[in-house]
Amino acid sequence: MKVKVIARSTDEFTRERSQDLQRVFRNFDPALRPQEKAVEYVRALNAVKLEKIFARPFIGAMDGHIDAVSCMAKNPNHLKGIFSGSMDGDIRLWDLANRRTVHQFPGHQGAVKGLTVSTDGRVLVSCGSDCTVRLWNVPTATTIEESNGSSNNSAEVSGSNILMTIGGIQLYAFSFIFFTFNVKRMFTDFAAVVFCLLTSFFTNSFRAVDHQWDGNLFATAGAQVDIWDHNRSQPINSFEWGTDTVISVRFNPGEPNIFATSASDRSITIYDLRLSSPVRKVIMRTKTNSIAWNPMEPMNFTAANEDCNCYSYDARKLSEARCVHQDHVSAVMDIDYSPTGREFVTGSYDRTVRIFPYNGGHSREIYHTKRMQRVFSVKFSCDASYVISGSDDTNLRLWKAKASEQLGVECNFCSSKLLPRERKKHEYNEAVKNRFKHLPEIKRIDRHKHLPKPIYKARALRRLMTDAQRRKEDRIRAHSAPGSMRKEQFRKKRIIQEVE
Amino acid sequence: MEDYDEEMEITEKKYLRGEAADLKVHNDKKLKGQLAIREKLYSISAKASAKTEKYLGPTEGGCLEPEGFEKLYRISQSSILTEVPILSARNQYDIVLPDFGPYSLDFTASGRYMTVAGRKGHLAIVDMKDMSVIKEFQVRETVRDVVFLHNELFFAAAQKKYPYIYNRDGTELHCLKEHGAVLKLQFLRNHFLLASINIFGQLHYQDVTTGVMVGNFRTGHGRSDVMRVNPFNGVVAVGHSRGTLSMWKPTSSAPLVKMLCHQGAITALAFHSNGHLMATSGMERKIKIWDLRKFDVLHTISGHAKTMDFSQKGHLAAATGSFVQVLRDFSGSQSDSKYMTHSIAKGYQAQKVAFRPYEDVLAIGHSMGWSSILIPGSGEPNFDTWVANPYETSKQRREKEIHSLLDKLPPETIMLDPTKIGSVKPTRKKGKPSKQEREAEIEAAIEEAKSITIKKKTKGRSKPSRIAKKKQEAIKNAKRPFIEQEEHEDKLSKTKRKRVTEDTELPKSLQRFARNKKATE
Repeated sequence: MKVKVIARSTDEFTRERSQDLQRVFRNFDPALRPQEKAVEYVRALNAVKLEKIFARPFIGAMDGHIDAVSCMAKNPNHLKGIFSGSMDGDIRLWDLANRRTVHQFPGHQGAVKGLTVSTDGRVLVSCGSDCTVRLWNVPTATTIEESNGSSNNSAEVSGSNILMTIGGIQLYAFSFIFFTFNVKRMFTDFAAVVFCLLTSFFTNSFRAVDHQWDGNLFATAGAQVDIWDHNRSQPINSFEWGTDTVISVRFNPGEPNIFATSASDRSITIYDLRLSSPVRKVIMRTKTNSIAWNPMEPMNFTAANEDCNCYSYDARKLSEARCVHQDHVSAVMDIDYSPTGREFVTGSYDRTVRIFPYNGGHSREIYHTKRMQRVFSVKFSCDASYVISGSDDTNLRLWKAKASEQLGVECNFCSSKLLPRERKKHEYNEAVKNRFKHLPEIKRIDRHKHLPKPIYKARALRRLMTDAQRRKEDRIRAHSAPGSMRKEQFRKKRIIQEVE
Repeated sequence: MEDYDEEMEITEKKYLRGEAADLKVHNDKKLKGQLAIREKLYSISAKASAKTEKYLGPTEGGCLEPEGFEKLYRISQSSILTEVPILSARNQYDIVLPDFGPYSLDFTASGRYMTVAGRKGHLAIVDMKDMSVIKEFQVRETVRDVVFLHNELFFAAAQKKYPYIYNRDGTELHCLKEHGAVLKLQFLRNHFLLASINIFGQLHYQDVTTGVMVGNFRTGHGRSDVMRVNPFNGVVAVGHSRGTLSMWKPTSSAPLVKMLCHQGAITALAFHSNGHLMATSGMERKIKIWDLRKFDVLHTISGHAKTMDFSQKGHLAAATGSFVQVLRDFSGSQSDSKYMTHSIAKGYQAQKVAFRPYEDVLAIGHSMGWSSILIPGSGEPNFDTWVANPYETSKQRREKEIHSLLDKLPPETIMLDPTKIGSVKPTRKKGKPSKQEREAEIEAAIEEAKSITIKKKTKGRSKPSRIAKKKQEAIKNAKRPFIEQEEHEDKLSKTKRKRVTEDTELPKSLQRFARNKKATE
């Protein structure tokens, strides 16, 4: 006879001293967990409810501009800095952590329409309706912090500009701003001089500007598309296709020589700097306000359209959209991709900001406040955890990209805001939610969003109109010869033609 | 090597929790891709879990193997005692309490604590780790059954008139008058429901967190003290005196299942933790093992049992009088299934057997106290700290209580197949509307036709008689499409019936001619 019986000595299963951690033993046998599926379902339900409870996406507003915010640019070299330009010609550099203006860049006479920063983060390019393109020296992070420490209000700046005019170019030799403080501080603040490198006057007003991801070139859009070099006062190249104004321009993140523009003739055009003429364009039924390339799949871009929808395109095949993202009830004004490439943020004329998955037809999140007016520009922060919107009410607003995410200081050990156990719990909740997301109760809670009344009504109206349109089409089809009216795909419906 | 692979495959199957999704059914390419990735992840995780189980468990399972011509069921407890370490040998003992028996007993989920109840009013909680009595008291009335609630702090005892809930210190917390004189108590751990059956055959479900009486049903088969929860799905089974067995859930007043199991009254009932096996014993001296997936008998073993229990590893203990037998492995022939036997001292009447979770121990409550014997290989060797921890500290217990309350299942989740939860019901194809629905539709159409107001027209054209006539016509028109459709369906069904009669309804004697005719054609 051979006998063995379970024998556990208490010492092996309990801690020795009270300072020790309790020992944890796992056995993943499903037989120990009866009704595990039901339990997981209940956990998913609780998780989705908790997520709704903790959804507080609005962090704060940044006011300081005295006119509508027309454009923004994020500094690729400095996580918490963001540039914003307003309709009165004011350009500001904000510190997102403190939600304060760090620097101002005075100079533009009319509205600032475009802002962009070179990839190294040293040069800011702005253009506007005063027919100028200006290059600015961006104060480095250390000087920002120094000046931040010394100046508690950046509105107290006074400046004197000494202008030197050479030909058509004004060179701001020293346009320094010094702070009205004691002399000692003044000397330290010399490092924080804002230095406008170059100003180019031109015949037409500009609508947009974008810098190459890798290189020294940037493109401006206006009456035509101009390509500029940092060191030249004249454009090195110009493109024109049609006579209408070009509204937006965006360089491809993968291939530095390719960029896309949209124009007020309802076209989206792809350019290649190595060729003398534009490559191809697609003409849609309505105007495209803004374009954003997907940084992770650089052949794809998404266009924010006037008809309330966003259209994701494959740049190689413009005859049909890859995906139509619909939810806005008014023109979409601006769009920006998350650096992860999995989602993008849009700002709209309907006073809301929405976040869409890159391949989903409907938004995952809608942000709105009572005071936020029409949104003209939106940006995803470089760490994909914040969204910044600039709107007509002169404010910049800072939102969390995930509404219920926990904010806090990073832990030294795990490079995360949460303790490891907390993080695990969040991951588990995310997983069970994902597993049961198709079930009606969980879906209902997850999808429920409070909408402002005008948007709710507008959406109902839009649905009514589209339904009526569809019904009408169906009837016409039913009464015409079979096969004479083909059912058009929604992805192709709004595209008129593709021109090579 | 092959043996190893086979063994791993079997354990992996357990962790896969059912068949993989059939990808061929779907046309959607995207969905197919997503499902394929998911399945791959599942298989990886199952493999990892199987390996964890094989190599990382801190404790080894028990076993009992014969050598030579030994018969397992002849091995006595005393011979086992000489072979096992002292730590385990402590688990074999008899407690003799001749005054208050017979004793009923229950373990907590972790097997650390045991509560015992003597019929004559003796209640006690025992810490099994150091064999110390935590609390012991007399209630001075009949106690028929005792059960732990979610942890060792609370237990419920079915006393003469009502069941009571006590805490660990012996303080009476609640008297559950609505239940009446209860014969048997069961606690549903995931749902926090206390189920009871009283002398009138009424089944009560009470939520112990809120105190709400969730269900109150008449079983309608008279007095019965055979009740057991199926741990797999939370369904309560009640064995009746006519040999029938009914299964209940708290959300329906009719039983889910009624089955005739025995010729005589059912005396004992037990469920395997995987939910597929049920054991019943009847007065006609038969123990039957049922496959609950088919509701079919797997084995019939001759013998009587007053009480039965399944262990975590699937051993079945059955006791009658002073004789206890343990059966196992119901896949082979009947003679293989007998594992161990044990006789308590002569004249003792066994009242209740219960395997201690996570130990190779069987506790027997009998008329002279209780005994504990060793059944090697019956318990799960490795516990999970987050599921049931025998070495739980009070802080962990508090933590656990809160988590289990957060995961408390609503009573609706009790159903025969709990894996259905979280799956989507396929859309049913809309069948023919029923007669009532059709009538309602016709009625609605007629009402609509009636409610149309007819415009006044030139003189003579809107005479009351004309208007009445017009209305009649409108009603007729409204009815017409329905009548036409009915006629059409009638015609169809008639032709169908005709065909059916031609094909099959020949007299039996003529059928072979019909077949012959077809063949010649």
